[in-house]
Amino acid sequence: MKRVDHAEASSKFIAAKEHIEFHDMRLWDLRLKRDREANALPEWEQLRSLASAVKEHTLSHLADYLEQFESRATANGMRVHWARDGAEHNQIVFDLLSSHGARTLVKSKSMLTDECAMGPFLEQRGVEVIETDLGERIQQLDKEPPSHIVVPAVHKLRGDVAQVFSRTIGTDPKNSDVAYLAESQRRHTRPYYLSAGAGMTGANFAVAETGTFVVCTNEGNADLSANLPKLHIASIGIEKMIPRIEDLGVFVRMLSRSALGSPITQITSHFRGPREGAEMHVILVDNGRSERLGMADFWYSLKCIRCGACMNTCPVYRRSGGLSYGATYSGPIGVIIDPAFDLRKYSSLPFASTLNGSCTNVCPVKINIHEQIYKWRQIINERNMLPMAKKQAMRVAGKVLASPKIYRAALQAANAGIEYLPRFMLYNPLNAWGRQREVPKGRKSSFRDWYLKNRGKK
Amino acid sequence: MKVGLFIPCYVDAFFPEVGVATLELLERLGVEVRYPLDQTCCGQPMANSGCEDDAAGAEKLFVRNFAGFDYTVTPSGSCAHHVREHLTAVPQSAKAKKVRKHTYELVEFIHDVLLVREFPWAKFPHKVGLHIGCATLRGLHAAVPSELGGGGHNKPLALLSKVKGIKFAAPARPDECCGFGGTFSVFEEPVSAKMGYDKVTDHKNAGAEYIVSQDMSCLMHQKGCAERLGLGLKFIHIAQVLNGARA
Repeated sequence: MKRVDHAEASSKFIAAKEHIEFHDMRLWDLRLKRDREANALPEWEQLRSLASAVKEHTLSHLADYLEQFESRATANGMRVHWARDGAEHNQIVFDLLSSHGARTLVKSKSMLTDECAMGPFLEQRGVEVIETDLGERIQQLDKEPPSHIVVPAVHKLRGDVAQVFSRTIGTDPKNSDVAYLAESQRRHTRPYYLSAGAGMTGANFAVAETGTFVVCTNEGNADLSANLPKLHIASIGIEKMIPRIEDLGVFVRMLSRSALGSPITQITSHFRGPREGAEMHVILVDNGRSERLGMADFWYSLKCIRCGACMNTCPVYRRSGGLSYGATYSGPIGVIIDPAFDLRKYSSLPFASTLNGSCTNVCPVKINIHEQIYKWRQIINERNMLPMAKKQAMRVAGKVLASPKIYRAALQAANAGIEYLPRFMLYNPLNAWGRQREVPKGRKSSFRDWYLKNRGKK
Repeated sequence: MKVGLFIPCYVDAFFPEVGVATLELLERLGVEVRYPLDQTCCGQPMANSGCEDDAAGAEKLFVRNFAGFDYTVTPSGSCAHHVREHLTAVPQSAKAKKVRKHTYELVEFIHDVLLVREFPWAKFPHKVGLHIGCATLRGLHAAVPSELGGGGHNKPLALLSKVKGIKFAAPARPDECCGFGGTFSVFEEPVSAKMGYDKVTDHKNAGAEYIVSQDMSCLMHQKGCAERLGLGLKFIHIAQVLNGARA
């Protein structure tokens, strides 16, 4: 797999001035709304601690809770399937669709099905897959992956959406009125709900004690997808488990506040079993999660409830866009999850961070995101996956800075006008510092020179 | 109390006046300060790039230089943070542990250890934008970041507000990262420069004449951005302001 070059991709994103300004402003606005909601709850930090503790407990007893969920869900009339990886998941979905004669699948947003690359798999086998979430649908029609886990088309301006819709569903290319575009998509999608042989949702939470699962949405599309066709398939990552229904309140209070700065999603649906004459299938998907659970430094990332708050606060994400990460998961959470899937391919991502730490502070389940980024960097170096130029620069810098003599000689060389000092101090193999910034001026004498002259006698 | 002064490599080379101000300020406050002559760097640039192996030499030297002091004080929040949280490329001997525990950034040393609040010699009749570097803010907890509610303690502000004539600008995003990030600044140059441009523009729009910080590395980057944009902003380390620099 080709290595993702985040810096290269981000320069293209930044070049589109109007887009980046809107993208940054829109997501920063979500961060501010999140702040207002969080600050309005005096118990916010207590909720974060509680949510983190519930998730840690569940993850450290995951096998037990999964089995409890399976038996209770089965008793509720659901059918539970287990998928070791994306391929098994996709095959289970396809077999279910085939056995029910379903040629069309309407689905609500699910990062997991993107992670499993389910769309292309089904389409190659003649199944029509219709995304029903507005943002996801825009991205599907434009043949792009989602750029954000909550607002998938946030990198597009409404003019872009007008172009995509005029090309694909026949809207007026000159009309970029938001209500018109949303209504057009809605009218275009509605008939699919009625004709589709199957509907699919993800789940935000699966409750072990009740064998039920919960889907939090704002558009109502998940409920239409789940309740109109006779077959409902829910794809659920095994880390979505929580022990008891009473634990749910902790997370429901935090999810939408963290994601969009709204107190709660418009719709919180509890799925308890199939309705009469219909079937409900749950696929519990591992796809690398068990392996991650065994990583001492990284299992914490499985606490994630996919709210996107870390992306909204991230100054790098806001200025590079989700697509620049070249992965299903982007932003800070992507930076620590993606390397677990394919270290070489995603080895540049942990460096797409200033380690500023605001991601860790907004995380509702207290994932130590920036500390995990730091740890991934060490692993990438240990496995010899750093770009050659960077490793060489670090090796030289390490040698110079390990020796006071060499360091002082380097300073003197710089004072004599030789560009050695900026080279090792600004790690500057490609002279990237000076492209958009002035280079700091070298000085005739160092602080040490001053000290020797002025305090040396002591 | 014996204090060892650590002057980071980039301050030594590019901003010697910041080192001078730090030393003079500590001396004014009655502290016995010594500057070990064989110092270079804390190891942070290499370690933050994943190369703890390449940081080991600098870290070993750091421990050797400062093991004999009660405190190590440095005019750099991110270096102090590295020493305290990440100086792990060398064996964690009793000496290394002691050095790590007793390394302080200048403002927190004055604020938390010396407990000094008065700087009668300091006067800075300018409107300044305060920039708290991210490692200083969230790693050393110099203030309460906005995402945790803001308000609460703010150590650099507590000290600066005792400077005569000083006024503070209120940027729209007071603690958004400026995009320096060590080697991030060159290996992620497009985003780094964009963040820097946005940062200095925010301060400029808030009416700042100067940006003041505990971290000269952030300022080096911001200065480079502001000069390229021709904003006419000026940059000064907090040690210089507290030591009575007049502009």
